[in-house]
Amino acid sequence: YESGSATNYISRNKARKKLSLSLADFRRLCILKGIYPHEPKHKKKVNKGSTAQRTFYLLKDIRFLMHEPIVGKFREYKIFVRKLRKAYGKAEWGTAEKLRGNKPGYKLDHIIKERYPTFIDALRDVDDALSMCFLFSTFPRTGKCHVQTIELCRRLSVEWMNYIITLRSLRKVFLSIKGIYYQAEVLGQTITWLVPYQFAHDHPTDVDYRVMATFTELYTTLLGFINFRLYQTLNLVYPPKLDGKGEGESRAESEEDYAMDSECYMEKLSALSASLVRVVSTAEAEEAELDHFPAEGEDGEKLAERLKARQDQDRQEKLFEGLKFFLNREVPRESLAFVLRCFGAQVSWDKSLCIGSTYDVTDETITHHVVDRPSLEKQYINRYYVQPQWVYDCVNARMLLPVEDYFVGVTLPPHLSPFVEEKEGDYVPPEKLKLLALQKGERPEQEEEEEEEDNDDSEEEEDEDQSHDEDELKGMEEKQALGKASSVKVTPGEAKPVNRQRAEQEAKAEEKRLAVMMMKKRDKYLYDKIMFGKKRSVREANKMSAKRKALDEASKANKKKKLKK
Amino acid sequence: MCFYNGGKGCVLNLRDSLTLSISLSLSLSLSLSLSLSLSLAFCSQDIRNTVGNIPMEWYKDYPHIGYDLDGKKIFKPIRNKDELDEFLDKMENPDYWRTIHDKMTGTDVCLSDEQVDLVHRLQQGKFGDVNFNEYEPAIDFFSNEVMIHPVTNRPADKRSFIPSLIEKEKASPPALPPPVFTSTHLHLPGWSPSMRSEAAFAFAARNASGLGLDESCFEQLDSNLLASVGKLVHAIKMGWIKPRRPKETAPQYYDLWAKEDPNAILGRHKMHIPAPKMRLPGHEESYNPPPEYLLTDEERQVWEQQDPDERKLSFLPQKYLSLRAVPAFSRFIQERFERCLDLYLCPRQRKMRVNVNPEDLIPKLPRPRDLQPFPTLQSLVYHGHSSLIRSISISPSGQWLVSGSDDCTVRFWEVCTTRCLKIMEVGGPVKSVAWNPAPSISLVAVSYGENVLLVNPGLGDRLICSATDQLISSYEEPEEVKDQQVQWAVPEGKAQEQGQRLILTHPKAVKQVSWHGRGDYLACVMPDDGSSLQVVIHQVSRRRTQNPFHRNKGAVQCVSFHPSRPYFLVATQRYVRVYNLIKQELTKKLMANCKWISSMAVHPGGDNVICGSYDCRLAWFDLDLSTKPYKVLRHHKKALRGVAYHKHYPLFASGSDDGTVIVCHGMVYNDLLQNPLIVPVKVLKGHIITHDLGVLDVAFHPTQPWVFSSGADGTVRLFT
Repeated sequence: YESGSATNYISRNKARKKLSLSLADFRRLCILKGIYPHEPKHKKKVNKGSTAQRTFYLLKDIRFLMHEPIVGKFREYKIFVRKLRKAYGKAEWGTAEKLRGNKPGYKLDHIIKERYPTFIDALRDVDDALSMCFLFSTFPRTGKCHVQTIELCRRLSVEWMNYIITLRSLRKVFLSIKGIYYQAEVLGQTITWLVPYQFAHDHPTDVDYRVMATFTELYTTLLGFINFRLYQTLNLVYPPKLDGKGEGESRAESEEDYAMDSECYMEKLSALSASLVRVVSTAEAEEAELDHFPAEGEDGEKLAERLKARQDQDRQEKLFEGLKFFLNREVPRESLAFVLRCFGAQVSWDKSLCIGSTYDVTDETITHHVVDRPSLEKQYINRYYVQPQWVYDCVNARMLLPVEDYFVGVTLPPHLSPFVEEKEGDYVPPEKLKLLALQKGERPEQEEEEEEEDNDDSEEEEDEDQSHDEDELKGMEEKQALGKASSVKVTPGEAKPVNRQRAEQEAKAEEKRLAVMMMKKRDKYLYDKIMFGKKRSVREANKMSAKRKALDEASKANKKKKLKK
Repeated sequence: MCFYNGGKGCVLNLRDSLTLSISLSLSLSLSLSLSLSLSLAFCSQDIRNTVGNIPMEWYKDYPHIGYDLDGKKIFKPIRNKDELDEFLDKMENPDYWRTIHDKMTGTDVCLSDEQVDLVHRLQQGKFGDVNFNEYEPAIDFFSNEVMIHPVTNRPADKRSFIPSLIEKEKASPPALPPPVFTSTHLHLPGWSPSMRSEAAFAFAARNASGLGLDESCFEQLDSNLLASVGKLVHAIKMGWIKPRRPKETAPQYYDLWAKEDPNAILGRHKMHIPAPKMRLPGHEESYNPPPEYLLTDEERQVWEQQDPDERKLSFLPQKYLSLRAVPAFSRFIQERFERCLDLYLCPRQRKMRVNVNPEDLIPKLPRPRDLQPFPTLQSLVYHGHSSLIRSISISPSGQWLVSGSDDCTVRFWEVCTTRCLKIMEVGGPVKSVAWNPAPSISLVAVSYGENVLLVNPGLGDRLICSATDQLISSYEEPEEVKDQQVQWAVPEGKAQEQGQRLILTHPKAVKQVSWHGRGDYLACVMPDDGSSLQVVIHQVSRRRTQNPFHRNKGAVQCVSFHPSRPYFLVATQRYVRVYNLIKQELTKKLMANCKWISSMAVHPGGDNVICGSYDCRLAWFDLDLSTKPYKVLRHHKKALRGVAYHKHYPLFASGSDDGTVIVCHGMVYNDLLQNPLIVPVKVLKGHIITHDLGVLDVAFHPTQPWVFSSGADGTVRLFT
């Protein structure tokens, strides 16, 4: 095996020996450097004739790893652990203390630079980093991983959220059963991340936290650098500073109640209610009108389309501008504050709930009060009481939806995923259709009622028809019973109307079927596969619509019953 | 409460009740200690209970109260002191206040003056002994003053004479004698010199940072040690040794991409594939999805029974009425972890997605409409047979149809009217019928069992019929009678009247009969694997039988004469062999690429052959082109039973067990360079599938573009 594909690959164990690292260290190195195994085309050839299951890496990758300075640090760390253990074993506390003071550490800056040569590359890969950081920042401060890591994750995620708020680049939000998905557009990159709901985790036993911790180590470094760069592009101070203009001294007391001085800054930052300080205090630098240069080969239509998209986006960014929200204490404060602030709203909450509240419940100018409880005792007249889903649905619909469907105690309309883009032939839930109609500016509700009435009428008619048919049938039966020996009659036959179109269609279908029979074997296979997939999707869509229809009918029947009662 | 009792080391443990009243109870320990320390009068009573310090309630129900030193029971005093006695006692007895009840002995004891005094003293927190002086002058053994003599007599241990390794390093001139320490020099005798020096170093280090050194502290230390410490202090002063800097824990961020190269590719290698992003969630993942996305009970059951890897959704869609009701997702950490594993353990591969319009894959064929005429409709059905019809044949004039069935009859039909003109019963299920292709002869070969009948149906032109009869009867026995494997016999009586002219009895069952184009030769197939007698050729005019092959390879399925040349085609299970009858040699062996050939037909042009097989294939051979099929058509869903060519039109048909007859346009061009054009033009349905059998035989009308098919449902159908 001195040539061929066997020389391009190396098995995991051999690679490990070549690097003289333990398996755990090898894994860490692979995670940090982004090395992944490769599946050779001919496994048996690469495996030197054996068919045993093996993981293969590219030999080039492993050679590349050999020059990594971190490998040396890993070895140092190994020795450090050995020494420390020895010191503990001999109960030499002083030595142990001294050793611990000299714990070897490493930095991942160069790895980040190497893995992501340009900033856009890094941004493209930031999805996982964000999800991981948001997860780690919800971990309890005990056990599982270092407190510093958790705090760092928290800090980075809060910085990220603040950046998104300042840039107003949030596009979509989705409340799923797993957590809340956010999608933002940063420098032309679509970034999606998932934030778990604010609950304590029951830590599973089948998860290797060391692997997670290694990933987090990498991701915090990456996210830190990205945050720095992003803040720089917006002329913001990094680490972020809160804009102290609007802050009065009166709130200082409550702050003292709430948090210690050391934590106060972080808490205020994570309250997401205040804006950040800019390096160059500018209002005038903002919003210079952009010139539009039509790209080559772009006609007027496309240009117009692009302009329209741009306008839409601008409008979406100012969706909640001028509205004043108040969050009741049972709603997810952080998520709502983040989303609302991203679209230009003013948000506040109860003083005792969290630091950073800017106005009280009693404020007369509040327009919307977000509530998530079945009923509310004290209500103010001049504001809407809505459930939190309204905010998210508005963001996804890019418009202010009618609040009536989201009032307190009302059964909510379904919450749809904004990430689904239905192609032709896919199943589209009726709520989505309604939403699309709304976006186009139609008022569908009255029509629907009419439709319902129509439906009722037609049903009745159908019933009547059925009864007619039944009558006829009965008559026939009676006749048959009366005169069993009815004489055989020859009646002039009626010429069946020939449906030209249909006949043509059938002929075409037959033609196609016959042509399909003549396909080559290979083409036939591919064709069958494509058609199978198409048919399956159609079948699924049909199944969904049938299910929906049945459910609607059942609910309608229920309603009628209730009305009758 | 603990009392130090005059150096005698007696500690009284007063557990309870002394502070309240003497009359309540004095514990045994008190009484014992009193008796010990004071040796008072009631020592003489010498009643000692040996039960020990136990709750005396245990003896409540017994007459005795314990055991004395000799092991004899101590009986409770016979007393009947009730409340009244107690009261009287209290009123009358002047010593009542100093009387206590001894639980151990059950007697009342009257305390003496000394004892009462002792109790009073203890209550006041004084020492029990009157003579004890608690303020004696103290002697300070461990003072800061250094004495000439050691406190203890213990000799100094060896380690105090030998310097430690660290000290040895610090003490610069190795020639100096080791410093001698005695414990007298220190106030703390337990310390070893090494510890001392460390302490000194630590002290020095502490002072050096701020205040400077207080030399006087070290005055009493040995000069050598002082020198080493002095060195250290000097080093610290000079800044050679620096105190440890506190570690930076917070990571430092800066603009990493300040000098980024937009053209930089990933330095590693070209094969790097960035990780795919996570799938975005659909409607079913919503906390409040539209109702149709929720699983029904059956779907839920199916989901639960499925293997977690096979599930289409990794979670159960759920609906919550409000956001506050949404719980934490229990598998959140696992899913993130799985993503991590995917990122560093999964091999990555670029999958090329086929982006083909399926319409483009369909070959462009001429439209069937342009290829007319071909049969399109079922127009006539011939009812009459009660069992499946294995074989049909058309007269060369196209006016008559003969069919042979498993109900042991042969029926003759008029094609246009579907009238059954004649029914002939034979002695077994009819396997094959064949009308003589010569237009001047009216003869039909019928095979059943081991016999082949030659029948003159007597239909059509009477002249031809009589001519045929004459032809057969004009046979003259040759002079030399050869031994033949087949017996030729002339039927008589009723059979003769029915039209049977000759009976050929074979040694084995005959499966197929096939006429030569000129109508004199008749080939019969008796399938039998490996036997030398599988195919025989009869010459009717001379009533002679030949066995053309000495050896047959495999079981012969069917045979056919070439329409224009002296070739004979024999189909075995997998191959079709073409023999030249004149040269008596194998000309060609066609590989059919199928498992089991069922039927075969030769194109009237003679250059093309089609074979139907039981594994649903139809192979078209071009004899000039290759011995492999020019095209294999898999149109049928089930085994093919019969294939046929049309004599004049470029059509061929195949009948199959799936109950369909597929008619194809098979144009053969005279130009040798142009390949035949094969286009399926019509799928004809009509036969009912019975016993898993559909169409058993197909035949074309000799002049019209009509196709006949016989089926297992006992009908013959005509498609026009």
